[in-house]
Amino acid sequence: MDPETAAETAEAGHANGRATPSRESVRQLLFGDRWDYAPAPESTAHVRWAKRYGHFIDGAFVDGTDHFASINPATEEVVARFATADRKVVNRAVAAARRAYEKRWQPLSGAERGTFLYRIGRIIQERARELAILESIDNGKPIRESRDVDVPLVAAHFLYYAGWADKLDCAFPGAKVRSLGVAGQVIPWNFPLLMAAWKIAPALAAGNTVVLKPAETSPLTAMRLAEIFDEAGLPPGVVNIVNGAGDTGAMLVAHKDVDKVAFTGSTEVGKSIQRALAGSGKRLTLELGGKGANIVFDDAPIDQAVEGIVSGIFFNQGHVCCAGSRLLVQESIVDTVIEKLLDRIATLRVGDPLDKNTDVGAIHSRVQLDKIEELVQSGVDEGARMHRPACRLPDRGFFFAPTVFTDVAQSHRIAQEEIFGPVLSVLTFRTPEEAIAKANNTPYGLSAGIWSDKGSKLFKIAGALKAGVVWGNTYNQFDPASPFGGYRESGFGREGGLHGLLPYLEVR
Amino acid sequence: MRYELPPIPTVDQVAAEARARSFTTRSIKTTAKRAVLKTIVEMIDLTTLEGADTPGKVRRLCRKAITPWPGHADVPPVAAVCVYPTMVEVARDALRGSSVRVAAVATAFPSGQSFLDVRLDEVRRTVDAGADEIDMVINRGAFLAGDYARVFDEIAATKEACGAAHLKVILETGELGPLDQVRRASHVAMDAGADFIKTSTGKLPSAATMPIVLVMLEAIRDHYRATGRAIGMKPAGGIRTAKQAWHYLVMVKETLGDEWLTADRFRIGASSLLNDVLMQWARLDSGHYQAPNYFSED
Repeated sequence: MDPETAAETAEAGHANGRATPSRESVRQLLFGDRWDYAPAPESTAHVRWAKRYGHFIDGAFVDGTDHFASINPATEEVVARFATADRKVVNRAVAAARRAYEKRWQPLSGAERGTFLYRIGRIIQERARELAILESIDNGKPIRESRDVDVPLVAAHFLYYAGWADKLDCAFPGAKVRSLGVAGQVIPWNFPLLMAAWKIAPALAAGNTVVLKPAETSPLTAMRLAEIFDEAGLPPGVVNIVNGAGDTGAMLVAHKDVDKVAFTGSTEVGKSIQRALAGSGKRLTLELGGKGANIVFDDAPIDQAVEGIVSGIFFNQGHVCCAGSRLLVQESIVDTVIEKLLDRIATLRVGDPLDKNTDVGAIHSRVQLDKIEELVQSGVDEGARMHRPACRLPDRGFFFAPTVFTDVAQSHRIAQEEIFGPVLSVLTFRTPEEAIAKANNTPYGLSAGIWSDKGSKLFKIAGALKAGVVWGNTYNQFDPASPFGGYRESGFGREGGLHGLLPYLEVR
Repeated sequence: MRYELPPIPTVDQVAAEARARSFTTRSIKTTAKRAVLKTIVEMIDLTTLEGADTPGKVRRLCRKAITPWPGHADVPPVAAVCVYPTMVEVARDALRGSSVRVAAVATAFPSGQSFLDVRLDEVRRTVDAGADEIDMVINRGAFLAGDYARVFDEIAATKEACGAAHLKVILETGELGPLDQVRRASHVAMDAGADFIKTSTGKLPSAATMPIVLVMLEAIRDHYRATGRAIGMKPAGGIRTAKQAWHYLVMVKETLGDEWLTADRFRIGASSLLNDVLMQWARLDSGHYQAPNYFSED
């Protein structure tokens, strides 16, 4: 995507610079800099981290070999180097988890296990600022989000599942429950800490032990989490963390002494895991990709719907499996919605993730940026109309301006494939039936949003959508008490809530 | 022809409140803070609306309005002084030669419960006495009864009575109920010729809140897009600190754009806000807070 094309298709009057109103743009709003917010960088002076990390096995940080670098996507500088776990290391980690399961964790009462989880949750709250900064450095997400969304939800997850630890017998009336054993968990880079919490908290509450492999591009905060487990006095081996890329993950999930596998990531990898595990007797949950439909009806609260559209696709740079990446708007209001949407994205501040005023941070990696650029180019080539605000992107780092495509057909790649970036495709519909058909016309089935002032319509449409999560007049709301997960190629199994315990328990 | 309410989008209360809250997380530091504090001073309608107002009290307030912080030439005068009709002459004389405008509440403020001809007569006489701006209240009784045409007609008549004076229309949102009603009242007022729409009289415990002002700003934006007429906004009541005021300015900047960041299009009705702004200003200059008693209470 060359800058010239961007300037050409950018909407007139949405310039960020010192534009003066021209005669044609007299009704345009000017989002300029009569006074701009001065830079407000979050101080990193008090946050320390190591230059090299190995693994966390049996309650100790152990050295490793074959180090790879994790990059700060906003500066392209190396954050730290991490070892790659080979078969021997994975074996050690799984063996430690097995020992801990039998000798230390399973013998504890639920109340005792809960105490550790409470303690972990409290320490996370106490160290929230440090965790948020590290997350933003290693991942590229804006500090506003890591501080206000990610880290509070991480603590909330541990505290929520701490409450279940001593109530498992009441959780499923009439049934006896038992823990499974060792859980092998592989998590993605888009919410490194939060995904770790989603995996670890219910596993431990249910009485299992864990070997976790964080994503190789964002492993820093998992190592900090290991320190917190240590500080909380969690018995050695209850949680083990091994670093490495796909090979390490594959060894972990295929390990014969792992009883339960939980994976969040791409549909492609999810399919290969399911193939590898077939016939092994292991329990499996997958949380994979999505192409969420955000459906806006003509009776919607439009200004609030625009907010939901923005948070649906630009939250976390669109690196969200449940992102509302397909906007379905009733044709009678499409012009109004687009006008308001373009006004709104003109105010989005793209840049330094550590600046407290940044709304859209850095794209997580060069690989992801290339993928986004390739798909956006396909949108242009296939004839969709591209809009983006004329924002200045930093010279260094991986950045991509918020992008909206209109005149998108259902057959376009940008309407079909998961872009996993700040790119929205706008489609229209005429009737509720058409909206449902279009929303369901995807191999995925993770999330959807419905915007209508009519409650009966909300519930009727929600029931007809093939999506694991449906939001009504809101989007991207997360709560530990609420189950999350998908249908079809978005995976199976639920995380969060009572449902989130089930994959970690045998119910008899 | 009777006025009919145009089609207006509904408002989702929960989401509007969440959006309003998001503006309070903007961080404003150093140079931006200095610019913002100056802008806030320039936007203040310094207000005294007491039964106990005397010419002396009004004259003191006017001096404060012209020179908020004696000895600090970089602190600008406020936008206007807002008084009751009987105090307009006093204020006009005290403000003569300055840039500060005389604003007066009229139309049987704050309830508006008087006869239309009495209210219009009050407006005409207040303008004759020297008011540059009239802050009227809408007929909430008629509005809540669904008689939007009557509300419209009364505002239009008041606008006519104002002549050259600017008309600010007070919706008294604390009496209107849900945000949908605020949205509706905003459109009626703008359609009827308001130059500004204003939240409240300041005489109720519930005054300006960020969600209410957000909804009014969104109404102004839609009106501007549809007609090209730029209407001003005035939150009043409850804004006491500089921090609160700059949260509002952030909301204006990100909802209507930078062209609304002037006293022509945005005012803040307040009395105690000014001194808090001066305290923040002093802190920027000296690096530490001064005690409130260093600033004159007028």
